[in-house]
Amino acid sequence: MSILDVNNVSKSFGGVKANVDISIKVNEGEIVGLIGPNGSGKTTLFNSIVGTHPIDNGSIKFQGEEISKLTVPTIAKLGLLRTFQQTRIYGKLNCVQNLLISYKPEKENINTMFSKIPKNLNDKAEKILEFVGLYQKRNLRAGDLSFGQQKLLELAMALMNEPKMLLLDEPTAGINPTLINGIIDRLIRINKEFGITLLVIEHNMKVVMQLAQKVFCIAHGQLLAEGNPDQIKNDKRVIDAYLGAQ
Amino acid sequence: MKKDYLYLFVDFISKLTSKENKTYFFSGIILFLLLAPFIFSAYKVQLSFMLILILLAMTWDVQGGQMGYNTFGNILFFGVGMYLCASIQIGMFFPLAEWTESGGEKTFVHSTDQYFQGLFVGLIFAGLIPPIIAGLIGYGILGLRGHYFAICTLGLGIAAGELAGGIELIGAGQGMTTPPFPKGLGSLELRSQVFYFLCLALLVFTFITLRWLYSTRFGLVLNAIRDNEDKAEAMGIYTMRYKISGWMISAFFVGIAGGLVGNIVGYIEPIEVAFDGREMGVFMVLMTILGGKGTLWGPIIGATAFHIFKESFWSMFLGWQYVALGVLIIVIVIYFPEGIMGYLREKYPEKFGEAVDEKDRKAQVTLN
Repeated sequence: MSILDVNNVSKSFGGVKANVDISIKVNEGEIVGLIGPNGSGKTTLFNSIVGTHPIDNGSIKFQGEEISKLTVPTIAKLGLLRTFQQTRIYGKLNCVQNLLISYKPEKENINTMFSKIPKNLNDKAEKILEFVGLYQKRNLRAGDLSFGQQKLLELAMALMNEPKMLLLDEPTAGINPTLINGIIDRLIRINKEFGITLLVIEHNMKVVMQLAQKVFCIAHGQLLAEGNPDQIKNDKRVIDAYLGAQ
Repeated sequence: MKKDYLYLFVDFISKLTSKENKTYFFSGIILFLLLAPFIFSAYKVQLSFMLILILLAMTWDVQGGQMGYNTFGNILFFGVGMYLCASIQIGMFFPLAEWTESGGEKTFVHSTDQYFQGLFVGLIFAGLIPPIIAGLIGYGILGLRGHYFAICTLGLGIAAGELAGGIELIGAGQGMTTPPFPKGLGSLELRSQVFYFLCLALLVFTFITLRWLYSTRFGLVLNAIRDNEDKAEAMGIYTMRYKISGWMISAFFVGIAGGLVGNIVGYIEPIEVAFDGREMGVFMVLMTILGGKGTLWGPIIGATAFHIFKESFWSMFLGWQYVALGVLIIVIVIYFPEGIMGYLREKYPEKFGEAVDEKDRKAQVTLN
């Protein structure tokens, strides 16, 4: 069953056509990769999906529900969450607070707005920090963490939100090779144990091949190819546009 | 860690405010504030102003510090509260237009009962109307971010001053007087005491409210908005609701404070007293930055230090006050960009609970 259904989505900024008729289908429980050269429109597609900007035409369905007209927080509330390429964390709050605020209360009303944060959330936050390996740093300001640790923190924040699907924008960019393996491990565990569907933008082909069951390749704003990692690796068009001839 | 005097002082303060000593600490402060008008009886009005300044700094910090929206617009609620309170105090018993037209001549005299009834109702409305205004304006302009919001709010106070200067009913540019304290009741002494304790009650109420507010999810969301609003939205938080409610809460307290100040000063003028963005409006920003933005105690420390500095300079070196103020601003911005609290926090982070915990949590989740 498909959880995310992007149908013929186009988006242009003035004369620049960032996305042209892109269709992507992600099934529930899958890990899907999204690759393409710089400036090919991957992040624009992410922004379109989570409602950062309106799309020109096409439709985006999440769990069968049309979401292309909804606002960012509403889409996030449905359980479709994204992380950012440049990490975005709450720099002056400590790690635990970063997680506490990421928790999504069941109902958003005046009561939840002005109520204390439930005590048991603290424990949950610490467990998740332990999961991403930041437990020892939980009382430090998030802004004082290194870039890689901030990426892990952002992942932890996403987990705290208990999404159904995560859009990850280059989760391993700017991270050292050892930590990359740790992140891949965790992403696979997130997918298996928490049952979260993942759509991952990634440039590191090794990571994509290890993670994804299905890969989409975008170039010049158009969908170039789709298939399993091996098919993509051997696709002539993808090699020309992205991987480079050998 | 070198143990210098500053460290010892911080250590002392943190012990003083720790869980077991908290009750004594707060009762000590309250006791001092209750006795202050009798100990420093010559400075009652000055002390009232200090309490008001602390309140303005604390409420400004809800936006400027906790939420990261630098507003110059809070002075609008101050002036509105001031005018509203005075107008209701007068309008409840006498024709307002004739009162302002008489320019403060005492043709109408409030009886003691009328005076306090008027003050009570006036303060209630001074608390109710400004939040509504904040809500309406906020809905329109809280979508602006960063400097754009600051500049937009800068216009609010000025516009309000000009508007108030054109309304005859409230005395236009000439201003209006507030009802004089009932003669039969006692001297000026009593008047200043009454208003001192009203200010104190309001400040305590503000402190308790904000302290509670910062301990809730609301407080955390305000901080999240400050640190990264896009992220907060992407995580499913409807930030607009929080921003508007935050501004309304500030407006509530600032409005009542305005009503009180109008009565303490006794004379309301649109640009110099009510919508005094040039002085009050800038002071509240300055005091908060001096003490430390985004902390509960920063604005209190900042406002107290600022008021003492300002008043002593005003009385000792008259004529140089604006020079001194300018120097103070430069010193704050260059040497204490994070304020007193921020400076201490940077110097002794472990006193603020920032530390690496070497112990590993008993691992429920194992990863290799």
